[in-house]
Amino acid sequence: MNIHEYQAKDLLLRYGVRVPTGKVAFSAEGAEQIAKDLSCEKFMVKAQIHAGGRGKGGGVKLAATPGEVRQIASEMLGMRLITHQTGPEGKIVKKVLVEEASNIEKEMYLGVVIDRTREKIVLMASSEGGVEIEEIARNHPEKILRECIDPSVGLQPFNCRKIAYFLGLNGKTVNKAVSFISGLYKAFTENDGSLAEMNPLIVTREGEVLALDAKLNFDDNALYRHPEIEKLHDPAEENPMELEAKKWGISYVKLNGNIGCLVNGAGLAMATMDIVKYHGAEPANFLDVGGGASAEQVTQAFKMILSDPNVKAIFVNIFGGIMKCDTIATGIITAAKEVGIGVPLVVRLEGTNVELGRKMLGESGLNITTGADMREAASKAVAAAQGR
Amino acid sequence: MSILVNKNTRVVVQGITGSAGFFHATQCRDYGTNVVGGVTPGKGGTEIDGFPVFNTVLEAVKEKNANTSLIFVPAPFVMDAIIEAVDAGVKLVICITEGVPTLDMVKVKKYLEGKRVRLIGPNCPGVMTPGEAKVGIMPGYIHLPGRIGIISRSGTLTYEAVWQLTNLGIGQSTCVGIGGDPVVGSTFIDILKLFEKDNGTDAVVLIGEIGGSAEEEAAEFIKKNLSKPVVAFIAGATAPKGKRMGHAGAIISGSSGTAADKKTALENAGVKVCPSPAEIGETLKSVLN
Repeated sequence: MNIHEYQAKDLLLRYGVRVPTGKVAFSAEGAEQIAKDLSCEKFMVKAQIHAGGRGKGGGVKLAATPGEVRQIASEMLGMRLITHQTGPEGKIVKKVLVEEASNIEKEMYLGVVIDRTREKIVLMASSEGGVEIEEIARNHPEKILRECIDPSVGLQPFNCRKIAYFLGLNGKTVNKAVSFISGLYKAFTENDGSLAEMNPLIVTREGEVLALDAKLNFDDNALYRHPEIEKLHDPAEENPMELEAKKWGISYVKLNGNIGCLVNGAGLAMATMDIVKYHGAEPANFLDVGGGASAEQVTQAFKMILSDPNVKAIFVNIFGGIMKCDTIATGIITAAKEVGIGVPLVVRLEGTNVELGRKMLGESGLNITTGADMREAASKAVAAAQGR
Repeated sequence: MSILVNKNTRVVVQGITGSAGFFHATQCRDYGTNVVGGVTPGKGGTEIDGFPVFNTVLEAVKEKNANTSLIFVPAPFVMDAIIEAVDAGVKLVICITEGVPTLDMVKVKKYLEGKRVRLIGPNCPGVMTPGEAKVGIMPGYIHLPGRIGIISRSGTLTYEAVWQLTNLGIGQSTCVGIGGDPVVGSTFIDILKLFEKDNGTDAVVLIGEIGGSAEEEAAEFIKKNLSKPVVAFIAGATAPKGKRMGHAGAIISGSSGTAADKKTALENAGVKVCPSPAEIGETLKSVLN
């Protein structure tokens, strides 16, 4: 789960991690008031959306007076912000963070990741701040320090000092960096973080170590033990269909093609998208109804696929293990009755209770094309979508 | 021959009184697996459909010589269940449960260091040696005893691959689902090592997916250490960046973890990579000839 920058900064502050003083605003007037209360020389106004690259899209601006903050906020709120991470449709800005502008002496990068190969938490640091870490890794791998943390003892002060010296810090700034890094690590581990990025991490002219930007992601699987983090979820940042699917226990990701896919299991669902593409068409979605889906879930999945106006054919690919083929058949028949299926439907069923499932579909009177295997079903679905 | 599970496997099911645990304990037993009992704290001394229930894994080990644990307990209790099984002395722990927090697995992996026990999963279909033992949730009838090893990060896609092989009359030595999470008990490399040593395995099918770099690491290992032919399929060539595709581990982050990179790495290691998921069986057949 992703949260907004202002939420990440609020959380980090509670762990003693320094961030610029500021507050979130939902209106231009609110933004002006926050600026007045801040009583500082310059202000930053930052659009709050779940995507990086906001600066280049016009979502991060400097203001000299509270009046200017108001002006910028009024332009930003409601604008469609397009960055390299939002996709071409962009995201509507609904809130802005107003904070004290810092006097930047030095820009750096600090990240926390769970390294899948080492199977440990790894802190990543670089003296190159403000650029994407992937870019530094490609062009200047020697400028990245990867500090691996032993889970049995956790982060030690020496790990933090190593990072601070690697970043070229000295004097009192080292201690400030040590306290910053320990706080960040604590916030990460206590809340089951999956990714943290401070980019840039800065040293100010006054010698303070601050997170100028802060990105925090959390492990969805661990949210059950962090209800206060779950509350930070902003549904407006998600595709409404994907959100609806989640409520039903279905994994759904919207794509841009015209063949709706309904599959059980994530691996097979990806493979089904791949085979559609292999046969010359594009999938309209990723959809995994899960291992033990009920007929209601299957019906719901159909409704979601059909609500996408791009869908010209539906490809059902089921390999019943725990899931029984007659359950799928019941779901399909119910969906057809409740919403009507106005596009060609190609079904490939295999696995537990397959004979019963096929019989039910055969006797349903529905116009269903069957595929004996994945290849045949895929090529029939592609032909149907192309009107052949 | 086979790897991990066989006729001598004695399974204890952790979470046997839950609906999934009970259903699959029964299914495993019906297949012929020696399921010696189950564990549900507080229900020790009772019986469920002929399975004796114990309060602790240790009791099941002492009284029934259980050597393998199959875990179905809910995700919040998985770390505890795995460590209990290891502590009780079983040699193989297979965890089916999905949704386990990643940082729990980081701790578990650290705990397992240096111990003579193997963990498979979590979030996996389990391990199957056709004709000998089914220790997991896969449908039994799609398998055929034979000499092909299968390793996969996915569940139903593994069934698809197995089914294609079986329909071509090609049997399997052992099928291992290693799970779709970012941190798992055993990696592709761990299982490849076992298949390389196994006299009953002639070739291996490896089914990977987008996310992480496990396939690239496997490719490196195959290049240096594997004498047996390997056929692979990587799911997710059409997946968009930054979107989690069902499995917690199946996500392309930044420019890493793409299907194209994995395919290239495997091909460079001499692995035949199937262009379509419908061609796994035929591709394997072609390398056997």
